[in-house]
Parts: sequence; C-alpha cells; structure tokens
Amino acid sequence: MTLRRPAPPADLAPLAAARFDQAAARHLLSRAGFGGTPAQVDALAAMGLDRAVDLVVRYGGQPAKAVSPDDFDRDLIPPLTREEREQLQRARRERDEATVERLERKENQTKAEDRRQLQSMREWWIARMIETARPLEEKMTLFWHGHFATGARTIEDSWLIFQQNQLFRTHATGNFGTLVLHVIRDPAMIKYLDNDDSRRGRPNENLARELLELFVLGEGSGYTEQDIKEGARALTGYTVEGEEFTFREANHDGGPKTILGQRGNWNGDDFARIALGRTACSRFICGKLYRSFVNDVPEGDLPPGHAAARAAFVDAMASELRANQYELAPVLGKLFRSAHFHDASNRASVIKSPAQLVVQTVRQLGTPPRQLSSLTAACELMGQDLFQPPNVKGWDGGRSWINTSTLFVRQNVAIYLLTGKRPGMYDWENDAARFDADALVAGAIVSADAGANAGGDPSPEALVDRLLAVSLATPAHPARREELVRFASKQTSPAARADRTLSTLALITALPEYQLA
Amino acid sequence: MHDPNVSSRRVFIRQGVMLASFAATLPHFIQESAMGMLAPEGNALGSRPGVPDERILVVVQLSGGNDGLNAVIPYGDAEYHNARPGIALGEPGKAKNGGAALELDKDRGIGLHPNLTGLKELHDQGKLCVVAGVGYPNPNRSHFASMDIWQCGRPEGKGTGWLGRYVDAACNGSPAADMAVSVGRTAPLALMGVQSKPVAFESADLFRWLGADAGGAMDAEYQRMARAGQLSGVEAGSQESFLMRTALDAQVTSDRIRAAVKKQPLVPYPGSALAKQLQTVAAMIRDGMKTRVYYVSMGGFDTHANQPGSHGNLMRQLGDALLAFQKDLAAQGNEGRVVTMCFSEFGRRVRQNASNGTDHGTAGPVFVLGPAVQPGLRGAYPSLTDLDGGDLKFTTDFRGVYQELLGKWMRAPMDAVLGGTYEAPGLIRA
Repeated sequence: MTLRRPAPPADLAPLAAARFDQAAARHLLSRAGFGGTPAQVDALAAMGLDRAVDLVVRYGGQPAKAVSPDDFDRDLIPPLTREEREQLQRARRERDEATVERLERKENQTKAEDRRQLQSMREWWIARMIETARPLEEKMTLFWHGHFATGARTIEDSWLIFQQNQLFRTHATGNFGTLVLHVIRDPAMIKYLDNDDSRRGRPNENLARELLELFVLGEGSGYTEQDIKEGARALTGYTVEGEEFTFREANHDGGPKTILGQRGNWNGDDFARIALGRTACSRFICGKLYRSFVNDVPEGDLPPGHAAARAAFVDAMASELRANQYELAPVLGKLFRSAHFHDASNRASVIKSPAQLVVQTVRQLGTPPRQLSSLTAACELMGQDLFQPPNVKGWDGGRSWINTSTLFVRQNVAIYLLTGKRPGMYDWENDAARFDADALVAGAIVSADAGANAGGDPSPEALVDRLLAVSLATPAHPARREELVRFASKQTSPAARADRTLSTLALITALPEYQLA
Repeated sequence: MHDPNVSSRRVFIRQGVMLASFAATLPHFIQESAMGMLAPEGNALGSRPGVPDERILVVVQLSGGNDGLNAVIPYGDAEYHNARPGIALGEPGKAKNGGAALELDKDRGIGLHPNLTGLKELHDQGKLCVVAGVGYPNPNRSHFASMDIWQCGRPEGKGTGWLGRYVDAACNGSPAADMAVSVGRTAPLALMGVQSKPVAFESADLFRWLGADAGGAMDAEYQRMARAGQLSGVEAGSQESFLMRTALDAQVTSDRIRAAVKKQPLVPYPGSALAKQLQTVAAMIRDGMKTRVYYVSMGGFDTHANQPGSHGNLMRQLGDALLAFQKDLAAQGNEGRVVTMCFSEFGRRVRQNASNGTDHGTAGPVFVLGPAVQPGLRGAYPSLTDLDGGDLKFTTDFRGVYQELLGKWMRAPMDAVLGGTYEAPGLIRA
C-alpha cells in the first residue's frame, strides 16, 4: 500500500517563508516560467518567497527585449486590391487567361512569402521564450494564445497574427476584462471568427458563440442559444478595414437586445461587459489558469479529498479575481505564494506543453538552442503548432499532449537539444554546437561529493543525483536511480567516460517523469 | 444474452487481487492474454486472439461541418436552388456554379458532388451506402460540442467515446494496446474508453526512441526503464503512473507498426493528407494487425465564406482518397473484412450566407463504404422547406448508424455502448 498524500490547503494562504527552499524555487521557476539553471534556482531561493514571487510576477522591472516593428514586414501580404479582384473576376469571365494567371501568381507568391514570415515568427517566439528575462510574460502570452485560439492558416495574414501575439503580451498579466474588449476588436480574431461578414439583418454568430462558450463563460454556464443570437447582433459592425479594426455604424444593429437577462441597445462592448459581469467568468478563467499552472491531473484521478481542495482553491482564486476587478497579477501573485501551489501533491503534476518541454530543456539544462526551425517543427509534431491551434478551443493540454507517438517525439527532441543530432526521416542532421553537460556537474559536486577522486571527477552516485536534481520536478524513484547509477558505473572506457554525463542525461530526458513540470 | 461487462466484472473481482499485482507493470496486451485465459469460454464477441473474427471498422472524421447539401445534392428540389443561388450545383449534365451533380438516385433527384468521382465509382460497384439526414435531437451548433456528441455517441456529449466503450466491451475489460489506432496528431475522444486508449501516431518512421542512434550504448538501459511500466509505490491515477504506462504501451506497439508500414502499397495513392492516413491504415490491415478500429480525420470543412472552391477541393480529396483505399483493400484481399464510415459533426444551413458560404447547421449525410454495405441512398432525405430555424430536421438518429455498425457489422451487443436501441437505417447487407 502506498501512503495517500493529504489534500493540499483549500485556500490562498501563503507558504511559510521558511519553507521556500531550493525545490520550491525550482517549482516556481518551472511553473511561472520555463525553468532555470541551478544558479538561477539558487538565486531565487536566496531571495525568499515574497521577493522571488514579485520578481517573477511583477516583471515590469526586468529588461524586455524590444519588439521592433521592423522585425516583420507589415505589408508582406497586401491581399489583392479591390481593383485587382475585380480585374481577376472580369478576366475569368472574359477568358483572359494571361491576366488570370498573372494575378493568381501574384496572390500565390504573396501567400508563400506570408507563410515564410509566419514560420520566422514561430522561431522568433520560441527564441523569445528561451531568452526572456520575463518568463511569465511569454508563458501567459502562450496561455492567451491557447485561450483566444486563432488559426493563422485561416487568416492568411501573418502581420495580423503578430499583432495579436503582441496584444496577448501587452496584457499578459494585466486586466482580463480589458483584454476581452481588445480581443473583440482584434483583426485576426474578427477574421478568424468571420465577424467581418456579420452585419445587421444577417449576423454571423461565430464570435458571439465563442465569446460565451470558450472565451468568457464556458460551455453550459447558463447562457442560451438566444443569448448567442442577440450577442451576435450586438457585435455586428465590428469589422476590419485593411488591417485595422473599424466599427462600421451602417452595419451595426443598434436595436434593443436581451442578453443574459439584460435589455438595452447593446453594442459588442456591452455584450462583453454583460458576460464579464457573471460570476461564472472568474471561475472559468481561474479553473483554466489552475490547470495550466498548478495541476492538470483529471479530477477523477485525484486522491480522495484533493478534488474538493482544488474546487475550493479555484473558488478562492475566482473571488480574488473579482475583488481585483479582473486584474490578473494580484491573483497570480497569491497563487504562486500559496501553500497550495507549493504542496507536495502539486509538484510534478503538470504535463509540459511541447513549447514548455523544448524551452525548459534549453533553459534548465543549458543546451544550445540548436536550429529554431527544428524546434518549431518538433512542437508541431508534439501537437502544438504555434499560431495554428487545432481549433478555436485551443489545445486541450494535460494528458492529451501525451500519446504513444508524441512521447517518442518528446524524447527525441531532447536528444536533438543535447547532441545536435536531429532525427530526420532517414538521416541525421548534425549541429556542431557542443553541449557542455559537465557544466551542470562541475563545482556543485566537488563539495558535496567529498569521496570523489582527486581530479574532482564525481562518483557515479554523485553524478546521477546531481543530474536528477537539476532535471526532474520531484526526487527520482529509487529504481531509476539504481539503473542510472549502474549505467554511469559502466562507462569506463576513455570515450564512454568522456560522454558519461551527456549519455546519463540523455537517459534521464527519456524517462516518462521528464515530461512533468 | 451474454453480457460481457457482467462477466468481466466478475472475473475482475475473482481474479482482481492476483492481476492487480502485475497489472500496472505489464503491457496491456500481456494483461489481455492473462485475462483471456480467465475469461469464460465461448465469448460471444469472438475478439480474442486465435478466434477467427477479424472484421474491421474504419472511421473517417470530417471536421468543421461538411456541407451535406452540396455533398449529397438534392438537385431535383427547387428550394435547393432558391436557397443557394451562388453555390447550388446543377443537376447531372447541367453545370451550375462550376459543376453538375453526379447521379446517385435519379428517382429521388439526388446526386453527389461533381468532385466525388471516387465515391461515384464505388457507388457504381455497389460499395457505397449514403445515409441521408443523420443527426440527433436538440442539435448543438458548436463544432466542439457537436463533435463531442458524435464522438461520445451520447446526446449530452460527455464521458467516454462510443468506440472506446466498444473496445472496452469487446475486450472484456482488458483491451490490447493496439485494438484501436488513430492515425493523426491527437487521439480522438471517440476512441477513449474506460480502460481502452488508442494508439495514436502521425508518422510511423519516427515511432521509436532515437537516442541510441545518436551514440552511446544506452539502449538496454533505455528499454528497461521505458518498459518498466508503473513502478512500485507510484500512486495509480497520478501523472507518473499515466506516463509510465503510456511509455510502456509505446514500446510494445512501436516495433509492430513500424514493420507494417514499411511495405509499398499495392495501388497508388493521391498526395492528400487523408490519403496518406488511409494508406497507413491499409498497410496495418495488410500486415494482419489485430486492430479492430482505425480512425483518421480530415479538416477544413468550416466553409463560412467563398465555399465553392474550397469545398470542391475537399470533396476531390475525400473521394479520391477513399477510392484508393478501397482499391488497396481489394488488391490485398481484405476488402470484405472492412467497412468504412465517414461522418461530420453537423451539416450546414440550407440558405447560403452573404459571403457565398454556409453557416453551421444540423443533420448531414453519412457515407458507409465496403462490399458489405447495402448500396444506394438510405433514409429519407430531409425536407428543405419543413425546417427547424432554417436547419434540416434529422431523419436518422446517428446512434442507429453506430448501432448497426457495431451490432450488425462488428457483431457486438450494443446496449452497453449506446444505452438503448435505435431504428436501423439498413446500411449493412449481411
């Protein structure tokens, strides 16, 4: 029989300051960011709980890598102008094949360039996650991307996707209500959910439906089909002119509507505010934040008592969010300070998203970032194609990341980061940058491993313990340690000895447990 | 009647203590053998290894809401043309808006999309059954909610998947790891049972750990750790337990699948993503894997704007891929073992929208393919004038389709899976 862990505290009470040790600092850095090197963990632990959480959550004081508008080309894909479209239609009618071909080729070229730019944005974003001094900013940007999921393939305008990504970054830990009001004006979202086709008398319900179902309230939270229809009327006229939001009064249905029981001549902002006024909204958002940052074990698999503690904790988060008028930073601060978050049952309880896995491997182990295009391709294979979530519901996350196939990709991308050897379809691609795995070990062990031989070369036990401590979210199972120590002990030839740290680490990254943050 | 759930529960209770001790560390397929020895004789489901019953169900999911009215076209109905001036297709021989329907049922004035030439060919061979107007009560127009309903096989759209429950029942509570295989990025809810979880992969070539290839003699250690399953002391239900068990399943299915898909297919396939998925499925069937349910999917059907071009491409890809698949199965000699069912989460509104597209609707057609089907158009085509808020009223309950596929084709008792009995549309011949 295994001992059941007691349920974590059911409220937002903070962790006792004295209990904020290195393991807690590593946990904080792993969840509120993408993990860190042993030196970063030590520094955070030394700050104490309050300063550490402030550093992570109130990241305004940390340097931000400026986003230059020149990073990407705004006018890469001016869609065919109205004149060109008319010209094309006319040419088709008149069977003017030369004109048809010229315009179609132009369109295809700009689309191809746009896809290239989108790919460079993916790489830019992964690089930013790897480099940023504000990891929570990028992590929340990714969270909002999954929440307000918008597929780039539908939009076919990378600039709009870039603008949306910047929107999520600007409001990453800001005010949720403000963010929602921006989202219903966001050109990428308006195009993705067809609100630019929605007009008085012919409302398109897509945006209104997702606003209630996926963005603000959650499915089954008490709204009706009628609320969606009325909300769609309220959102008519919220459209895009060129690449900018515009409100077209002539297309707006200004008549009276009843939305969630409130009657008035509502516009889209009113509709959003009415939805934001429901208690269900704070519960919905906090439940989602909880699964991302605290624990994504399915409710049915939680030990007895844990589900109730989770529900109470999410309720407490929701009250806090309402009390702060939807300001997110205070809630996140309390979350990351809480004894609940730091409870043993909430360690190694979140499955790393593909982006998290890749970025954390680089940031925590200190591998070279390798080719960013390989990293984004791996993310796609692992089920997280950045800027192209599977649908407007975003990524389901949690255990849905893991299946028998993605597990192999996860192991193999770690091998690529460690060794620079990338499994292609039939061949390996080599990246010359060498990963100095021994840097993870040097220094730290010499003092701890007094029994090491004179050259400071650690014993197999000391080596394995050190690598497990810097790689895994919780202490390793004794059977794992035993197997790894046996392996490290066998590496006696000069060549094997030289690679001992690297190959031991490769085995650790292949452990199922490595997938946990 | 023999109820597999009852007997499996009894077996579990009787043998549970003994099995539980190694259930966590053995791959599912070894557990299955252990359970197989304990299962009562004459299991009516006949899905145990060694029992010759190898019928296979392939499910093709069309995501986004396929426009049923432009896939299975009521060209003889004036209202079809009234409601869709910019996108309605012409009757056979008379192109309109870029195409003329292919004849499916002349008496009823129903045709196929002009690009569904592949399905037309299968129809002419008597291997295509089209069930018209398939849906469910109180239709949900959300992609996800409606897809959940279809995948769960329950109008509330919650819980396990209909095929997952089938595998659970057919395997007597101890499903083999590869009873259900999904070719695609993510494993669909439809294949999630209580015990049963599908194998899911996108590319068989990389369906293994490549660490040992990178140098270093690590493979033995890797294999031992990856195959260890749930280690002692790890809590059932925990993330570690889930990951350890999945890692074990991955190892035992990897070798088999990689071997299967290495062979060249017997017929050429088109280049679409769906064709590649079906080619992989055909390779696994040819290899004799004991997988009973395969699941593939194709997206892009959410045609809110400028529908004719994009929907036409989708129809072309769909019909051509299904035809190549059927030819491959025939060349293998496996055609008689396989029935393929193709569905979408909903059809689209009768009236087109202002952007020359269509919005989310309700009932739609289901395609069922294979020599075992009752060929032709089954079920009543929904009226285009007697509508429910602008949408079609369904004429066949989707659970009737499932019931016939599972009950009549897969020969499984279906009450436990579908929780009731529904009118059979008559899509399976024998």
